[in-house]
Amino acid sequence: MRNRLSGDVYGVMAEFQTPDALIAAAHKARLAGYSKMDAYSPFPIEEVIEEVAPGNTGVPILVLIMGLTGAATGFSLQFIGNILNWPMNIGGRPINISNWPAMVPITFEMGILFAAFTAAISMVILNGLPMPYHPVFNVPGFERASQDGFFLCIESTDPLFDRAQTSQFLRTLSPTQVSEVAH
Amino acid sequence: MAQAQPVRTTPQPDPGEAYLLPGETYTSISHTIGDVPLVALNKTPKGWFVGFTVSFILLMVFLVSVTWLFMKGVGIWGINIPVGWGMDIINFVWWIGIGHAGTLISAILLLLNQGWRNSINRFAEAMTLFAVACAGQYPILHLGRPWLFYWLFPYPNTLGMWPNFRSPLDWDVFAISTYASVSLVFWLVGLIPDFATLRDRSEHPLVKRIYGFVALGWRGSARHWHRYEMASLLLAGLSTPLVVSVHSIISLDFAVSQVPGWQVTVFPPYFVAGAVFAGFAMVLLLMIPVRHFYGFQSYITVRHLDVMAKVMLATGMIVVYGYFMEVWSSLYSGNIYEEYLLYNRLNGPSAIAYYGLLFCNAIAIQPLWFKRVRQNVPALMVISVIISIGMWLERYVIIVISLERDFLPSSWEKYMPTVWDWSLYLGTVGLFFTLIFVFIRVLPMINIFEMRMFQYQETVRLHLKAHPEHEESGHESLTSHSHGASAD
Repeated sequence: MRNRLSGDVYGVMAEFQTPDALIAAAHKARLAGYSKMDAYSPFPIEEVIEEVAPGNTGVPILVLIMGLTGAATGFSLQFIGNILNWPMNIGGRPINISNWPAMVPITFEMGILFAAFTAAISMVILNGLPMPYHPVFNVPGFERASQDGFFLCIESTDPLFDRAQTSQFLRTLSPTQVSEVAH
Repeated sequence: MAQAQPVRTTPQPDPGEAYLLPGETYTSISHTIGDVPLVALNKTPKGWFVGFTVSFILLMVFLVSVTWLFMKGVGIWGINIPVGWGMDIINFVWWIGIGHAGTLISAILLLLNQGWRNSINRFAEAMTLFAVACAGQYPILHLGRPWLFYWLFPYPNTLGMWPNFRSPLDWDVFAISTYASVSLVFWLVGLIPDFATLRDRSEHPLVKRIYGFVALGWRGSARHWHRYEMASLLLAGLSTPLVVSVHSIISLDFAVSQVPGWQVTVFPPYFVAGAVFAGFAMVLLLMIPVRHFYGFQSYITVRHLDVMAKVMLATGMIVVYGYFMEVWSSLYSGNIYEEYLLYNRLNGPSAIAYYGLLFCNAIAIQPLWFKRVRQNVPALMVISVIISIGMWLERYVIIVISLERDFLPSSWEKYMPTVWDWSLYLGTVGLFFTLIFVFIRVLPMINIFEMRMFQYQETVRLHLKAHPEHEESGHESLTSHSHGASAD
């Protein structure tokens, strides 16, 4: 019910001057029971991440799976090509599985190739990027989030969200400004 | 807007010891670095145009050399039998080695938590990419029929043939293409938050649109940063063994063969150390003019030059150890060809290259033991040039001296590079510097967000140094201290 009453804002955003102020604010907001919030900062701040985005990123497991897939691909490529499909005696080297040490470099490189691309691509996709428009860009002065501004946004999907009360709460955290985020 | 740092009264560090000079704020960092690519063309420093023009002319020399090569074939070069690997392979190994310092700085120093790398890693990674681009030209041009280079890849073909995966030359194909593409991905990931800064700082609508497009809508969300940091860490962890494997595999091109002087077990570590050595020399060679002309002395401090010189000295000494191991292997081998190799290096027709190599790589780096030399900018510049020449000579010694006099005296032949060998080399130098000049014009050459992060970490570190009583409870007490009332 509250969500509907809260109207059509995305959330309420407070701006802070320093990273320390943002850390303290995120901490207090979490203690006050807010859970649907996000912080925006010009560089990663470990303490803020712990407050607003704890838990698993999902990236490492994907990287592990794809890295192993890549290594398996590399190995089977060589095994199928040089041993099963077209065995060739080159310099008297064995043409069976006992030749596996010669297959290590390509197996390794393929594993790294798959894993590295997965790390980058999964980071972008799981983050929901590319996303050219987002409501937070409507906040005045938000261009400083990529330079020297530190923002905390409590989103309207939060069960405790209430336009007036949440704004009031954010004002107690000594921000430089508090504004509503239009959709 | 100036940054207020209310309670943090911190002692100023000694200028010779600081990685970031005092007085910098998040705002000033974002402005000074971010505005270099954003200024109007007529406000670009004049020196940039001069440098770009010279590089571009050399790039045209590259095109001419390649065109002539395509018309006439590899006979225009000085290679012969037995010296089938001449300047093309020397330059290939030289360029790829230069690239390795970039990955070392961006990946290994990240894993080792060396915050000072933040101001040099972007440039070093760009150097890696461009050096690999130059290196990649040589093996393909050396093929003789370069238009058939795709035969190196396992692609479905009507003959049903596969490449010989057991050959180090095919390992090279996989190692270098993986290295080039992973380095590119790592570099692009690092650029995303900086593109957002450029998007938010640019005034021209078209420029804003372009940087906004490549920023992918980055908004600095903590959730995004969380995943971003994880992905960067994983990329660093993957690049570290990758960079070691790449130059090891290149050394196996030699070590797996039976040519005297090549079949040495010390080759992989010796090549990797040599690569880092040459790469740091090139980083210094590029960073010293850049910090001077763009006024980045507060980001790339004398302390940076100092530690880079230390890495150069350490890897240089590993390389010198490799030289001793080569002499040892030759004397201890009990093989007349291996034993003759040492004699040939010291007294043969190309002995001057060997003495030059010993002077450049073993003797000229010794002044780096002294701090006064490490912190002296012109001295570092001169030593870096000498090292770059020395590492080129090392590859000349390994490749040419061994091949000139291999087994049968009747087939010995002197190698003499032709004008086309030199013009192709100059041409790749042109390619490299053209890319570097374009890079410093259109992209932020120092990682902006990592500099802001470094500024924050330094503030916290200096604060804890001044108030050790906050150390135990860590950051919690620091924040509650900064804001009066306790957070809990």
